[in-house]
This record gives sequence, C-alpha cells and structure tokens, in this order.
Amino acid sequence: MISSHLPVLQVIIPLIAAPICVILRQGLLAWILTTLVCLISLIISCVLFNQVLDEGVISYALGGWFSPWGIEYRLDKLTIFMLLIINGVATIVLLGAKESVADEISSDRLYLFYTAFLLNLTGLLGVIVTGDAFNLFVFIEIASLSSYAMISIGRDRRCLYAAFKYLIFGTVGASFILISVGLLYDVTGTLNMADIFQRLPDIENTKTVTTALIFFVVGIGIKAAIFPLHLWLPDAYNYSPSIVSTFLAGTTTKVFIYVLIRFIYSIFGHETVFIQEAFNNLLMILACAGILYGSYLAIKQDSLKRLLAYSSIAQLGYMLLGISLATEAGLAAGLIHVFNHAIIKVTLFLSVVCIIFYTRTDSISQLSGLAKTTPLLMVSFLVAGLSLIGVPMTAGFISKWYLIKASFESGYWGLVLVIVFSSLLAIVYIWKFVEAAYFKSPENGVSKLELNKERPYLLSFSLFIFVIANIYFGIDSSLNVDMANSIAHDFYHGF
Amino acid sequence: MGINILGAFNYWVVVVLMMIGLYIVITHNNLVKKLIGINIFQTSIFILFISMGKISGGTAPIITGTNTVYSSPLPHVLILTAIVVGISTTALGLAIVIRLYHAFGTVEDDEIQQEIE
Repeated sequence: MISSHLPVLQVIIPLIAAPICVILRQGLLAWILTTLVCLISLIISCVLFNQVLDEGVISYALGGWFSPWGIEYRLDKLTIFMLLIINGVATIVLLGAKESVADEISSDRLYLFYTAFLLNLTGLLGVIVTGDAFNLFVFIEIASLSSYAMISIGRDRRCLYAAFKYLIFGTVGASFILISVGLLYDVTGTLNMADIFQRLPDIENTKTVTTALIFFVVGIGIKAAIFPLHLWLPDAYNYSPSIVSTFLAGTTTKVFIYVLIRFIYSIFGHETVFIQEAFNNLLMILACAGILYGSYLAIKQDSLKRLLAYSSIAQLGYMLLGISLATEAGLAAGLIHVFNHAIIKVTLFLSVVCIIFYTRTDSISQLSGLAKTTPLLMVSFLVAGLSLIGVPMTAGFISKWYLIKASFESGYWGLVLVIVFSSLLAIVYIWKFVEAAYFKSPENGVSKLELNKERPYLLSFSLFIFVIANIYFGIDSSLNVDMANSIAHDFYHGF
Repeated sequence: MGINILGAFNYWVVVVLMMIGLYIVITHNNLVKKLIGINIFQTSIFILFISMGKISGGTAPIITGTNTVYSSPLPHVLILTAIVVGISTTALGLAIVIRLYHAFGTVEDDEIQQEIE
C-alpha cells in the first residue's frame, strides 16, 4: 500500500517536517528530527532505486489525477540516480552538521536553519521527481528561496550581501525558466514533460521553440553557475556558514545540471537541440572557458572556501563539457562527474568545515603548519585534493578517464588538452594549501591562532565516510559508471 | 510581412515591461529599487501567461448551454502560484535588505561593497 506512494512521500516528508522544526524551537531536537527525516528520505530513495531497476519507469499521479490534468511524478533511472546523490550527501553532511552549525550560527536561529535545510531538501527532491514543467519551476523556487535564507543566516554580515546578490541573480534565472515553460505551454498546450516531448517534433523549427530554448539555457545557466553567469557563486559559498557551502556545493548546482539534462533529453529532445550545431558548440566553448577561468582564479585565492568555490565553477565546466559532446559517452561522462564531484567537493568542503571549527579561519596564509596539529584532517584534505586532480585510485580519476575517452571518441583533441591542462592547474591550487600546511613552519601560522579545544566527532565521522567513498569509487566504480552508462543508453536508444 | 503589430499588442507590453524591469535591476544602486525592478520583471511574465489563455470572444469556462467558446483557465491558475512565489521572493528580499541596513547602515549597493572590501 504505502510502497506505491513512495515517490510523493519522498517530497512530502521533508516538507511536513519543516514546520515541525519551527514548532520544536530547539536546536538539538531540530537536528535530530532533520537527520531522521534525511535518513528516511535516503531509505525511500534506495527502495525506489530498486523498484525502478526492477520494474522500469514509475509514473505516479499526484492526488489520483492522471497526467493530462494532474501533476505526474515520473521516476526513471536518471531520477533515482540523482535522488541517491542528493539524499546521500544531505544525510551524511547533516549527520556532521550539528557541531559546526552550533559554532557558526547563533543558538536562537538554529531551528530556523534546520527548517530552511528541510525546505531546501524538499525543493531539490521535488525538482528531481517531478514530471511537470511548471511544478519544476515551483520546486526550483522552493529550493532557491530556502538556500537564500540558509546563506543569510550566518553571523558574518557579508553573508547578507551574498544572499541578496544570489536572490537577484536567482530570481532572474528562475523567471527566465518560467518564460521558457510559458512559451512551451503556449505552443504545445501541455505542461507534462512527456507530452511536450511528443508534441514538439511537429513544431520543431518555429521561433517560439527556439526562443524557449534560449530563455531556458540562460535561466539554468544562472542557476547552475555556468561560466559567464556564475558571479553569485563565489560570494555565496565564501560568506555563508560553512556547512551551508558544503551542502550547496554538493547538491544545488548538481540538481540544476540535472534540470539541464532533463530539458535537453526529455523535453526538447536531443535530436532537435543538437541538430543546431551552434547551441552545441556554444555550450562546449562556455564549458572550456569555465574550466580554465575557474581553475585560474582558484589559484589566486587565499580563502580556502573561495578557492573551492572557483574550483566548483571549473568542475561544473567538466559536467557541461560531457553534456555538450552530445554523444552517449559524453552524457555518461557528464553524469559520472556529477556523482563523483558531489563526493569530492563535499569531502573538500567538510575538511574545510573541520579546519574552520578548529582554527576559526580559512585563510591559507594563516594556516601554515596545520599538518602538525591536525595530521588526520590534512590527510583527508589531501585524499580529496588528489581525487579532484584526478590521480588514479580515486573517484576523480574515473570521471576524467571517461571524459577524456568521450572527447577522443568524438574527435575533439583540443578538449583533451583543456582537461589535462586544467588538471595541472588543480594541482597548483591544491598544492598551494598542502605546501602551506605541511612544509611551512607553524610559527607565523597556526601557532598564532587560538585553537578550539573541542573535538567534532560526528563531523569527523561524516568526513571519514566521504574520504572512504572517494577511494571506494576510485577502485570499484561499477555503481555510478554502470548507472550513468545505462541512463545515457536509454536516452539515445529509447527506454 | 504578416506581422500584425496590434495583434501582438500583449507581447509588446510584455517585452517593454520586462526590459524596464531588467534595466532597473541592472542600473539602480538602491537594493530596494532592485527588488522593485525584479517585481516589474516578474509581472511582465504574469501578463505573458495570462494573455496567452485568452481567446477573442471566449468567456470563463462555465457551461451555460449558450456560449461554446471558452478561454483557458489554466494559465490563470499557474500565475496564482507564480504570484505567490514572487511575493515570497520579495518578502525574503526585503527581510534581507532590512538586515543589511542594520548591519551596514545603508541600502546602497556600492557603499556596501566598499565596506566589504
């Protein structure tokens, strides 16, 4: 009985838990509730994962209203792949969040942070499971509004400005997506993604559809921080409470990359979109520019969080690069990197969360000699850093391998150079911190700081899980690679 | 050219409002005015949606037995939702502006940026 309602429970449970959090009004209780909800959500997504693998696409009619009238929730392999990433990251990050959040957010606002977190989770999960274009917009706005609130909740006053900037950018982006949905509704008379997909081929080359595509790409470009539209991201990641940056880096941008894939493959249809060479090439150029620009600026940063933010822009470029190849292998490579980058970036950010917890700073110049005080923490940063660079036996290597393979197969030799060159740049910016922490004397750095005596056990535990995941998915990548390949195969050869 | 300027009147209104809104967001230094710009921008999208549901001579979809041409009610319902989203965005934006004012003592973009650097 209840198992048939799992697709909607996935979204409803965090949504109902959010107001309960407000009623609890107590940081610790709210944390317990939120972690519990994330755990339930993760279990549901695991069950759905098995259901979809066994039975194929699940279509759920919300409120018993079937698809032309009601909202359809549609779960295919791509959906459950993303659900697993988002729920996994949310659960493990939240498990370790308590100590750092209590440290960085004033105690009377703690329950509000967890409320915003749950709403954000609702939005992200909703974006993934929904099969209705307008519903997608609403969930995007739920996710975005709660993330503005989460960013602005910190003690640092600069986070307010970062949140406002993100709000202006994000609203323009969401409005562009809304225009695109409106134009599509105008020409097809439906909001259901599968129906739009069926009706679009008849009117493929009309100006309305092209305009809708352009509005959509610009809108999602802002939301996913694709290269020239990324300006909100460094501030938002840098000034927000560090757990928020961790969560945003691991989930939000990934979900918007998912929306891009969903619109290209399940609404516009990859044949119609990629027939237009210009679009394909544009994405590729933006991806390469983003990769090089992000990596270059990451080298110049002194703040660790800002460094990782710019590195995120570069890594988003890799995902976009895979998608822009417009081949089965390219899409699979992009998806593999979505999975792996979620793990890598969350590990790096969690290490930084720990560092900030101990030292109250994330400035590289103040952190010289850190490795002597916290050797294990530096090892985890090092592992994740190597993974980001793409050293064999780590998750990052798998992504880069498949990306390079896909570029070779499509005959783009230049892209291989870009990928390798930006990996070199990644070595430079990871090395910058590693050198400071291992080889510089602590006299002018860590010795001057007042170290926190408390030990964040839960935080270390979450970090440990992610470090293990980095290595595990570098050795046995069958889960993500097989999933990504079969998703790409489905999109190119039918379900 | 078969483009009838008067026939596409609603789209002209939409485009003009949209550009006014975006222009305000980009050029104005005052954060509250930026929010006003965002609101104008969103309103233009509401008009885009609502006007596309209108059929000339169509009435509200209530079956009376006499009139057979109905305007589509769905865009109106969608826009009700979009208006709610817009209001929440404005409310959150204004809340952040108030806290910005308490923290920095100003709501001017360039002055806040100077203080940050």
